[in-house]
Amino acid sequence: MATLTLSNVVKEFGATRVIHGVDLAVADGEFVVFVGPSGCGKSTLLRLICGLESTTSGGIEIDGKPVNYVAAADRGLAMVFQSYALYPHMTVRQNMAFGLENIGTPRATIEAKVREAAALLRLDALLDRRPTQLSGGQRQRVAIGRAIVREPRIFLFDEPLSNLDAELRVSMRSEIIALHRRLEATMIYVTHDQVEAMTMADKIVVLRGGRVEQVGAPLDLYNRPANRFVAGFIGSPQMNFLPATLVAGSAGTATIALPGGRRLDVATTRADVPAIGTALTLGIRPEHAVPAQRATDADLTLTVTQLEQLGAHTLIHGTVAGGDTRMTMHIAGQSSLRAGDAVGVAIPPADARLFDAGDAGLAR
Amino acid sequence: MIGFFTRTRGQGRLDWTDWFTYGYLTIGLFLMFGPVAWLVLSSFKTESAITEFPPRLLPMGQKQVAVPGEEKPRPVYRVTLPDGTTRELAELRRIGLTSTMVDPSRPDEPIRVPIDQRTPVREFKLATENYTDLAGKFDFGRYLWNSVFITIVATVLTLLFNSMAAFALSKYRFSGQRTVFLLILSTLMVPPTIVLVPNFLVVSELGLLNSLWGVIWPAVATPTGVFLLRQYMLTLPDELIDAARLDHASEWRIYWRIVLPLTAPALAVLAIFSVMWRWNDFLWPLVVLSKSEKFTLQLALNAFQGDLVTQWNYLLAMTVITLLPVTLVFAFLQKFVTQGIASAGVK
Repeated sequence: MATLTLSNVVKEFGATRVIHGVDLAVADGEFVVFVGPSGCGKSTLLRLICGLESTTSGGIEIDGKPVNYVAAADRGLAMVFQSYALYPHMTVRQNMAFGLENIGTPRATIEAKVREAAALLRLDALLDRRPTQLSGGQRQRVAIGRAIVREPRIFLFDEPLSNLDAELRVSMRSEIIALHRRLEATMIYVTHDQVEAMTMADKIVVLRGGRVEQVGAPLDLYNRPANRFVAGFIGSPQMNFLPATLVAGSAGTATIALPGGRRLDVATTRADVPAIGTALTLGIRPEHAVPAQRATDADLTLTVTQLEQLGAHTLIHGTVAGGDTRMTMHIAGQSSLRAGDAVGVAIPPADARLFDAGDAGLAR
Repeated sequence: MIGFFTRTRGQGRLDWTDWFTYGYLTIGLFLMFGPVAWLVLSSFKTESAITEFPPRLLPMGQKQVAVPGEEKPRPVYRVTLPDGTTRELAELRRIGLTSTMVDPSRPDEPIRVPIDQRTPVREFKLATENYTDLAGKFDFGRYLWNSVFITIVATVLTLLFNSMAAFALSKYRFSGQRTVFLLILSTLMVPPTIVLVPNFLVVSELGLLNSLWGVIWPAVATPTGVFLLRQYMLTLPDELIDAARLDHASEWRIYWRIVLPLTAPALAVLAIFSVMWRWNDFLWPLVVLSKSEKFTLQLALNAFQGDLVTQWNYLLAMTVITLLPVTLVFAFLQKFVTQGIASAGVK
């Protein structure tokens, strides 16, 4: 197993710069997830690490050794592709053995390794079938088996679950997590689904437009998002963003005026505080905003537009501040509210996050 | 099969569209298949039967019967006797206007019959000597071998070279790629007749004149083949090649073990084209080959057409033989092509 280091990696396709100076360190045995919206460069970054694309500038080191000029096959990596990329004219056994045959491994060793990987992934009965005779989940496992057989230093997964249906996705997710625990391998996983990221990762790298927005453990990203983009990306349903104005500020606290007039004191950790009167954005997650017990506790008034009753919990959608801003609340249990009702919303200051005009977070 | 051929729209009764459909299908069948059927049947006729008028469809030969006392079988005629009856008699010999005929069951009683009183009794008979004579008469085996050799070797080489070019043009990115591809395609605009003399001079310089290799090599790299295979290879996912690269496969292995097997349907199509074209190729072998022992079947067929006389029976027999291999190859490869396309769920 191995460590990976990216130093100021830049990738340009012709005149277009796709990856803007990415720095990253992956420890041995870590499960790192690259997550971000479509087109953010996560797959490109994975292909750069893999060696299928070459960097324009910047360094990639595996176990401390630079691999920029090392061919993809010699970097000791294995990749599981989004569309599995199984050789359709070969059986499962041949698919898994192909890599080892190419480097001249003795037949007996190949047989043993294929059998071992097949047993691990429950593919024993399928070894003589062709990929077209397998289901999506089985093909997925064959693709993973092909990677395991090569005993790579780092496993790379490129959105492997996006072609599976929802139920299969859940079971495959836990299989991959179990595999990680069993093999104790360094794994880099690319996805656009933040639920996968939150449930599987030791460390999440959030990417946008070829830049790293934030790196951290899943709960760190949830509790202390560095900027508005990360705050809105992590967590489902999405965080509510309300316009607010800075009224007073001192070291460690900012007092803001909410739409509707109420004041709120929010903790900040940044040394520089913007000028009084600056427009800021208040972020509060739907699950943190609570219906006010008494009218005097309410920081905002929410006019309900829609209710999603899921039985165990309810999503209340509505508007605040005279209908301009949309807001969602996530409460436990069932609700007797109806569309058109007005509900008082209390915002616990500890859960509120402030973002300045440039979308950077004021609390770290 | 029967169900397929008797399918109608009217569910038991015949709709007017059924009449129309079956009508034009039958006409089409006769138009397309008629000449071929005529060719095959005529190849079993004797020379005189071919040139007789009015023409008959089936090969008919005169009935012959063994007469005791005679070495060879004697032809049978239907004879009108002076008393008005008709009998079938075997002719022993004919002198002038009188024919000596005999009833085979009573060979000792010859009957004299004027020749205008008899008509030949014909029966369906295949003149297989058209085919058997060929084997002995001229060097048919050699011509067949030349044709087969040229066709098979040229097809294999064509598939090999064209697929390599197509692989490079479809799966690799290099500067000048588009130019190279356009150059290859632009040679399609040059009629082969224009480059006939330059080609001949080049082949002559290389010392390949009057050899089968001189026929094979010049046309191995075809723009049609490269184009066809490139378009098909473009549909192969690049991820397969990436996965193979990660699997330590060398470029040759990627080509030989991954790309080529997956291109099989397009290769089958190109093989059909190549076989059909090479087998029927006439002009280029005519130019290159000058000694008759190197002739292909097509050139040999040409030799049967003399200035004054054409031996139609042998010509037809040889044409049928020339048609057979191409038909077989086509039938065999066509099944492979459709199978390949149907099972090409590349995932």
